[in-house]
Amino acid sequence: MIEVSISSTGLVSVVVLLLIGFFLFKEAFEIFYQAGFSKVILGGSWYPTSDPPKFGMFPLIAGTLSVTALTAVIAIPLGIATAIYVAELASFRMKEFLKPLIEMLASFPSVVLGFFGMVVIAPILSSWLSPLIADRLPEVLKNTGLPFISTYLTDFCHDRFFISSGLNMFTAALMLTVRAIPVISSIAEDALTAVPRTYREASYSLGAGQWQTIWRVVIPSAVSGISVAVILGIGAIIGETMIVLMVAGGAAVLPHWIFDAIRPMPSAIAAEMAEAPYGSLHYHALFGVGAILFVITFILSLISDFISKKYRSVRIGEKV
Amino acid sequence: MVDGSQNNHVIKIKDFSIFYGDLKAVKSATLDVESNKITAMIGPSGCGKTTLLRSLNRMNDLILSCRTEGQALFHGVDINAGDTDIIELRRRIGMVFQKPNPFPSSVYENVAYGPRVRGTKKKSELDGIVHDALVRAALWDEVKDKLHESGLSISGGQMQRLCIARSLAQQPEVLLFDEPTSALDPISTAKIEELILTLKKTVTIVIVTHNMQQAARISDYTAFMYLGEMIEFGNTDTLFVHPTHKLTEDYITGRFG
Amino acid sequence: MTDGTNTSIPIKMESKLSRDLARGTTYSAPFELVHKKKFNLKEGFFLTLVRTLGLTGAIILMIILAFVVYRGIQVLSWEFITQSPVESMTKGGIFPVIMGTVFLTVLCMIVVIPVGVVTAVFLAEYSKPGFILNAVNMSIYTLAGVPSVVFGLFGLSVFVVTLKFGMSLLAGSITLAIMVLPYLISTSEEAIKAVPYSFREASLACGTTKWQTIRKIVLPTALPGILTGAILGTAKVSGETAPIMFTAAAFFTPGIARSVFEPVMALPYHIYVLATAGTHIEKTRPIQYGTALTLIILVLGMNLLGIIIRRRQRAKKAW
Repeated sequence: MIEVSISSTGLVSVVVLLLIGFFLFKEAFEIFYQAGFSKVILGGSWYPTSDPPKFGMFPLIAGTLSVTALTAVIAIPLGIATAIYVAELASFRMKEFLKPLIEMLASFPSVVLGFFGMVVIAPILSSWLSPLIADRLPEVLKNTGLPFISTYLTDFCHDRFFISSGLNMFTAALMLTVRAIPVISSIAEDALTAVPRTYREASYSLGAGQWQTIWRVVIPSAVSGISVAVILGIGAIIGETMIVLMVAGGAAVLPHWIFDAIRPMPSAIAAEMAEAPYGSLHYHALFGVGAILFVITFILSLISDFISKKYRSVRIGEKV
Repeated sequence: MVDGSQNNHVIKIKDFSIFYGDLKAVKSATLDVESNKITAMIGPSGCGKTTLLRSLNRMNDLILSCRTEGQALFHGVDINAGDTDIIELRRRIGMVFQKPNPFPSSVYENVAYGPRVRGTKKKSELDGIVHDALVRAALWDEVKDKLHESGLSISGGQMQRLCIARSLAQQPEVLLFDEPTSALDPISTAKIEELILTLKKTVTIVIVTHNMQQAARISDYTAFMYLGEMIEFGNTDTLFVHPTHKLTEDYITGRFG
Repeated sequence: MTDGTNTSIPIKMESKLSRDLARGTTYSAPFELVHKKKFNLKEGFFLTLVRTLGLTGAIILMIILAFVVYRGIQVLSWEFITQSPVESMTKGGIFPVIMGTVFLTVLCMIVVIPVGVVTAVFLAEYSKPGFILNAVNMSIYTLAGVPSVVFGLFGLSVFVVTLKFGMSLLAGSITLAIMVLPYLISTSEEAIKAVPYSFREASLACGTTKWQTIRKIVLPTALPGILTGAILGTAKVSGETAPIMFTAAAFFTPGIARSVFEPVMALPYHIYVLATAGTHIEKTRPIQYGTALTLIILVLGMNLLGIIIRRRQRAKKAW
C-alpha cells in the first residue's frame, strides 16, 4: 500500500512535464492554426500591437540566437578556465574559498544582474566607452596619417562604436556570461575531477609538465562532461529572462551589429504578457513563443543526456 | 648504458628520510643502485618501499605534505634540490605502476605520448620510436596490427607491457617498477619478469615487490625494509641464503608477512 | 625475446633510438650538465592565462556585490524593513514586499518538500531499472532545464486561469514549487543514497519492514542533507522573478496578504518594476538599491547557511 502511494508520487515529475507541454501547446495552438506554422516562425515582423497585428517570430528567434552566440563566445572559455583552475590548479585553501563563491554566483538573483547591467554597465557603455572609441580614438587615428589606420579603421570606430543606448545585445551578453559561468564551470569541474588520478600520474611520470598533462590527458578524457557543461550553459542562456528583459533594449527587430537593441524570446513574453488580453491572438502568440522555447530547451536536454550516457561506456573498459 | 665513467652507481641514497607531515615514513635509508643491474626492494605492507621508490622520480611531489631529508643523488645531482629540473629527471627515470594505466587513446598514441611531450613532431620519427619501444617491451608482434585501436582493449598483461613501452619511448636510464605484476596472472607475470631481465642490458632497474620469490628470481641486489627502516641491503643471493639480520631471516622464512 | 637491437628493422623505420642504442648513448648531454630547472614559456603562459581567466567569475561577483552593498547600505535601516512604502514608493519601507517573498517561499517549500522527498525515496529505494525509472529520471532532468518564464506561462494558464485562482499567492507558490522540484529531488536523492547500506541491512535484520526502515533509520539519517537541499532551494526560489510575474506579483498591495488567493508584492519583482515601469524611476533609485541589497542578503545568506551546514555535516560524519 505504502509502496503504491510512493511509486505514484514518483511519477509526479513525469506528469508535470507532460502537463507543461500540453498546456503550452494548447494555448499556442491558436496562433499556429490561424496564421500557419512556418509563416509564424519565419515571419520577419513582430508588431503585435499594430493594426492588423503581425506575429512573425523570426526577429525574436534571431535575437535569442545572436545574444546566445555572443555570450557563448565569452562565457565558454571563461567557464572552462574556471573549471580547470578549480579542479587542477587551485590550492586547497583557494578551492575552499572559490567553490562556495561560485555556488553563490549560481544562485545570484538574475533580476539584480539585470539591474546592475541597466544601472551601471549601460551608462558606462554609452557615456564613457562610446565617446572614447567613437570620437576620441578616431581623432587620434586620423592624425597618424597611416594608410589603413587613418581611413578605414577610423571610420570603423566612428560608425560602429557609436552606442546611443547602453541597453543592447552586447550589455546583455556581458551580464548573461555572469549567469552562464557558474553553470558551465560546476559541471565541467565535476567532469575534470572525475578523470582518474592514475592518468595524471602516468603523464607526470613520463616527464610532462602540468599544463601539458591538463591539455593532453585530462581535458581529452573529460570531453564528454565538458560538452554537457557547455550545452547546459547554452540552455541556461537561452532561457534567461530578467537580464535580457532589463538590458537587451526591447526592439523586436533583426540585429545587424552587436550594439543593436534586440528582444529575445523570453523577454518578449515577459514584457508583453501584461498587456495581452486573455484569449487574444497576442496572448496565444506569446504562448507560441513559450512553446518554441520549451522545445529548444527540451532538445538541448536530450542531447546533453545522450552525450553523457554515450561516453560513459568508454570507462567500462578500464580495469582500474 | 654505462657512460664510461668509473662510477657504476647511478643512484646513491644516504641517510635519506621521507616525511608525510609529522609521520616519518622512511627512516634514514642508505642504498646504492648499480647501473645495468636489477635492485629489488622487499618488505611487508607499509614498510615504506613504495614511498622510497616514488621519491626517486619525485612522484611524491604530487602529495602535498611530503618532504625529505638526507641525500638522494642521481649522477651526483641532488634529486630533491629546489632547482633540479623535475621534467628532465622524470624523462631519465621512468616508472611503471602497479595497476596498468594506459591512457584512453590508441596503442600508438600511448607510446608516442612521451616523445610528443618532449617535442618530437615528425611522423617518421615517432613511428620509429613507437616501433622500437614496442619491440623492446616484447609487445610489437602482438599489437602491430592494432596500433590504432584503444589501449584499453588489450589484455591486462599486454596493457602492462604497453605501459613499459610507453616509458621506454622516453629512452630512460633507469626504470622504476612499483609491484608491476601484483595485478596480473602467473603467465603474464612470467612474461614481464623475462622482459625485465632482458631490459637490464640497456636500462638500470629498481623494482618494488610484495613477492619475495620474485625478488629472488630476478634481482641482483635486494633491500629489505621494515616499518620505514632499511634493515638490510646487499647481493640477492647472499641476502636470501645468509641474511645478516634476524628480522630479515624471519621475513624470508615466512614468520611474518 | 630481444630488446630491439638485434631485430631486423626496416630501414625506413630505424629511429634515432636504435642508432643511439647501437652507439651506446641515448642522451645528448649527461644529466649532471642539464639538471638545472628550465623556464618553460609555454607552460608558464597557459597556466597564468587559466589562472587569470579562472578568477574572473569570482572577481565579477565581488565587484557587483560591492557596488550593490555600497549603494544599498545607505538606504537600509530598521524602518526600511518594517514600514510600508509611501508616496508612490519614493519613500518608506518595503515591509510588505519582504513578507510577500517570505510567504511565497514558505508556501512553496511546504508544497515541494513532501513531493520532492517522496519522489527521492521512490528513486532511491523503490524503483527498479527499466522504462519507468528512465522516464522519471529524464523528466526530472528535462524539467531542470526549462526556462523560468515557461514555468510562469504554465502557472498562468493552469492556476491563474483554468483553476481560477487568479493572480495569487497560491498560484505563485505552486508555480515556484514546480520549478524547484527537480533540484529538491536530486539533493534529497543524494542525501538518501549517502546513507550507508549497512544501516539498512542492520535494520532489516531486526525484522522491520522496508517502509519502517526508511521511516525510522534512513530518513532521519538523511535529514541534514535533505534540509541543506531545502535551504539552498529556498535561496533559489526567493530570487526568481519570471515565474511570479504573471502568477502572483503585484505592483502594490495595501498591506500583507490575508489569504492565499491575494496577490503579493515580492522582492525581485519590486526591483524590476521600480526600475523599469514605475512612475518615478530615478526618484525610487535608492529604494531599488535597498531592495536589491535586501534580496541579496536573503539569498546569499540562505546559501551560506546551507553551505555551512553541509560542511559541518561532512566533517561530523562518523561513517
